Amino acid sequence: MTSLFLIQFLNGVQFGILLFLIAAGLTLVFGIMDFVNLAHGVIYMVGAYLAVTFSQLTGSYGLGLLLTLPATLLVGLVLELLVFRKLYDRPHLDQVLATFGLVMIISEGVEVIWGSAPLSVRMPELLSGSVPLIGPLRYPVFRLVVIGAGLATAVALWLIITRTRIGMRLRAGATNRAMVSALGVDIRSLFTIIFAFGAMLAGFAGAMVAPILTVDPGMGESVLILAFVVIVIGGIGSVKGAFAGALLVGLVDTMGRSFGPIILRSFLDPSAAGQTGRVLAPMLVYILMAVILSVRPAGLFGARS
Amino acid sequence: MRLIPNRAWAATLLFTAFALLPLIAVWLDDIYLIVIATRILAYAIAALALDLILGYGGMVSFGHAAYLGIGAYSVAILSRAGITDLGLHLLAAICAAAVFALVTGAISLRTRGIYFIMITLAFAQMAYFFFVSLSAYGGDDGVTLAARSTVFGQPLLESDTALYYTGLALLVGLYLLAVAITRSRFGRVLTGTRENPVRMQAIGFSPFRYQLTAFVISGCMASVAGVMLANQTSFVSPAFMDWHRSGELVVMVVFGGIGNLLGAIAGATIALLLEEWLAILTEHWQILFGLILVLVVLYSRDGLTGFFRRRL
Repeated sequence: MTSLFLIQFLNGVQFGILLFLIAAGLTLVFGIMDFVNLAHGVIYMVGAYLAVTFSQLTGSYGLGLLLTLPATLLVGLVLELLVFRKLYDRPHLDQVLATFGLVMIISEGVEVIWGSAPLSVRMPELLSGSVPLIGPLRYPVFRLVVIGAGLATAVALWLIITRTRIGMRLRAGATNRAMVSALGVDIRSLFTIIFAFGAMLAGFAGAMVAPILTVDPGMGESVLILAFVVIVIGGIGSVKGAFAGALLVGLVDTMGRSFGPIILRSFLDPSAAGQTGRVLAPMLVYILMAVILSVRPAGLFGARS
Repeated sequence: MRLIPNRAWAATLLFTAFALLPLIAVWLDDIYLIVIATRILAYAIAALALDLILGYGGMVSFGHAAYLGIGAYSVAILSRAGITDLGLHLLAAICAAAVFALVTGAISLRTRGIYFIMITLAFAQMAYFFFVSLSAYGGDDGVTLAARSTVFGQPLLESDTALYYTGLALLVGLYLLAVAITRSRFGRVLTGTRENPVRMQAIGFSPFRYQLTAFVISGCMASVAGVMLANQTSFVSPAFMDWHRSGELVVMVVFGGIGNLLGAIAGATIALLLEEWLAILTEHWQILFGLILVLVVLYSRDGLTGFFRRRL
C-alpha cells in the first residue's frame, strides 16, 4: 500500500510538472496580455510531433529535443506576428474564435502531415532503466528526469521573473500595462517575447512526454482544458499559482484514479465502489476547482477576478 | 428597435422556407437534404439558446455542448428503461439540464470574463468525462438507440419528415419564447446587466440572480436540441459534448450576428452548410473552416461583434 502510494505520488508529481510547463506559458499570456489562447494545447502537441520527427532524423532523442525548442519558439513567433498581435485589443469572444480557428487548422494540419495513427519515440538508452526506491520498489529513470527538468525550469522561470530586467518589465506589465507602456517600454516586443517563450515551454513539455506517452492528434486537447483548470485554481497571471495548481491537479487526478475506488470500498460493496470510483475519478479535478472557486473566486494566488 | 417589424418579416420568411424544404427535397428526390436540415434545426435550437445568454446577457459560455449531451443521454437512458415518450424525454432533459446549469452557473457566475469562459469549458469537460466513464451506456463508444421517441405511444417520428417538422415546431416555439423573454422586463434587466452591472445593482437589481436565471433557461433550451439530435442520429455518445462542439455553437452565434436570436438560426444554417460544402471539397475541411474563421475574425472591422452590432 505504501509502495503503491509512493509510486502514484511520483506519477502525480510528474503529471503536475508537465501541466505546469503548459500552464506557465498560458498564465503569463493571460495575466499580462489579458488574452485567451485556446491554441496553446496544439502547440504542446506540435512539440511532441516535432520531437518524434527530429529524433528520427538525427537518430538521437536528445538532439531531437534540443531542435524542438527553437522550432516551437519559431511557431510561437510566427503565430504571434500573423494572428495574435491583431487580437490584443479585441473582445475575449474574438480571441476565443480566432484561436479556436487555429486549433482546427493546426490539429487537422498535423493529421495531414503525420497521419492520424499514434506515433512514438524510442527512449534514450541511458535513461531507459529504473532506479530502486525502497526495498524491491523501482521507478523509471526517465520519469524522474522529467520531474527534475520540470523543477529546473520552474526555478529558472522564477529567477527570470524576479531577478532580471525582462522579468521586472513582465511583472510591471501584469500590474499596469498602460503605465509600463507610457514609461517607454516597448510593450509589443515584450508581448512577442512572452508569447514565443510560452510556446517554447509548451513544446518542451510535448517533447519531454513523447517517449512516455503516445503522440496522437488528440493529445493537446485534454491537457489544454486541464491547464485551464490549473490556471483558474492558481489565479490568472500568477506563475507561483500555476505551479501550486499544477501539482495539486496532477496529484489529485492521479491519486484519485488509483485510490478513489480503494477508499470507496471501505463503505460500499466492491463492484459498486469500482463503478462509482471510475465515474468520479475523472471528475475530481473539476470538483476541486468548483470548491476552490466558491471559497476564493480569484484563485489561490490571484489578485483580481 | 425600428427593425422589429422587419425582424418579424424575416422570421416569417425564414420559417416558411424551412417549412417548404421537405417539398423541395421530394421534388429533387434527395432524402439526405432532410437529414441535413434536421441537424440544422437541432443546432439552430442550441445556437438560439446560447445567443440568449451570449447576446443578451454578455455571458460567453464555452461549454454549451454539455446540454446537447444531457438532452441526448436523457433519450438514451429513458429509452433503455422502457420509457419512449417524446414528452417525457423532453421533460427529463429539461430537468437534468436545469440542475446542471443551476449548479455550474452559480459557481461560474461568481467570476467574469476569461475566468467565465474557462470555467464553463471545464464544467462541460467534466460532464464529458462523466459520460465517458458511464460504461453501462457504452462509455467512450456511446450507445445506439433501438428506436426514436414515440408520440402518444405511436412511433410517429420514424418518418424523417415527421421528425423534421417536430424539430421545426420546437424551433419556432422556442424562438417565440426567446423573443418574449428578451422583450419582457426580465429581458431588459438582463440586457442592462450586460451593459453595466454596477449601475443595475445601484438601481436595485441583483445581476447575479437575473444572469443565473437566464443561464438556466438557456441550458434547458439547449437540452431540447440534444433530444432532437439523438433522435436524428439514433445514436448517442460523449462526442456530443466534445469541446469542439461548444466552440462550433459559439461560431454559429457569431456568424449569424450576436444578440439577434434570428441570427443564431441563420448562423447555424450557414455554419453547417459551409461544413457540408467544404467536406465535399476535401476530407480535411477543418483546415479550410478554421482558415475562414480566423480570416473573418481578423479582417472584419472591430471584429465580428462590432461588425454585426453596428448593423443591427
